[in-house]
Amino acid sequence: MSAGNLLFALCSIACLVGALITVSAQNPIRGAMGLLTTIFGIAGLFLKLRAEFLTAIQLIVYAGAVVVLFVFVLMLLGPDARAPARAGRSGSSRLLGGALFAATALMGIVSLLRGQGRQGLGPAAPDHGSVEAVGRQMFGSAIFAFELVTALLIVAVVGAIAVGRGRQGIVRKKPVVSSPRELFAGPPRARPAPRRLGTEGAE
Amino acid sequence: MTSPGDVLESYVLLSALIFTIGGVGFLVRRNVLVQLMSIELMLNSVNLLMVAFNRVHGDAMTGNMFAFFIIAVAAAEVAVGLAIVLSYYRLKSTVYTDEADLLRH
Repeated sequence: MSAGNLLFALCSIACLVGALITVSAQNPIRGAMGLLTTIFGIAGLFLKLRAEFLTAIQLIVYAGAVVVLFVFVLMLLGPDARAPARAGRSGSSRLLGGALFAATALMGIVSLLRGQGRQGLGPAAPDHGSVEAVGRQMFGSAIFAFELVTALLIVAVVGAIAVGRGRQGIVRKKPVVSSPRELFAGPPRARPAPRRLGTEGAE
Repeated sequence: MTSPGDVLESYVLLSALIFTIGGVGFLVRRNVLVQLMSIELMLNSVNLLMVAFNRVHGDAMTGNMFAFFIIAVAAAEVAVGLAIVLSYYRLKSTVYTDEADLLRH
């Protein structure tokens, strides 16, 4: 077994195990670690596919920013991110939806496995996936999309700040929250002792 | 007989499996954070598919460009999504989607 195939085997196993941990872990911090495992596995597969630039981007953006952001939020929420506030509603509809989605996707996977043709990867150009080749395209034919992505990131950052900081200072004089309409404008609440704010039935 | 690491179909299969796991996790779990992580899984599997097909049809770097833009969009999505999660937690002091029923009544 060559080194490239060993890399493929290790990384694909890491991807699948990490993905299963992500969706099945009861503690979300374990899920974040599973996501990190998957991201590292996919970065290794990018390396096998000769996409060096994307390997670096994947590690910097995903492992360095996205997972850290998840862990920050999990730290902010503390144990409340783990335990459900109460026994949830019946999960049968959720399970049905998940089973239908899985069945549909598995049919596609089975049809893929039954296919006979095998497409080899073949030889690649010497500069395939390098920073030079990707950058030539990024600042050539994809320059408009690239500029749009900068605008998207600015808007996302401003939106995240606007949503995340809440509205403190505007309605600080009203401490009692009585209706859902006021709930949206209310000050940030620091872990009230009753678990639920609104009543369950008619409001 | 070529080994699995040199065949396009194994990447397609792996990507489909990861996408399925992510989709089932998004549909079944109730924790918003786990749902966001499942979305990340699905985006990552599509990235893998893009790069694998770009490796086979490698005249231009279009697949790599698409994966790059998907990564950028995913980063923006996570930033806004987690801000919404924090805001929702301030409102209801939970991160479970069953509690998000203000618009139901």
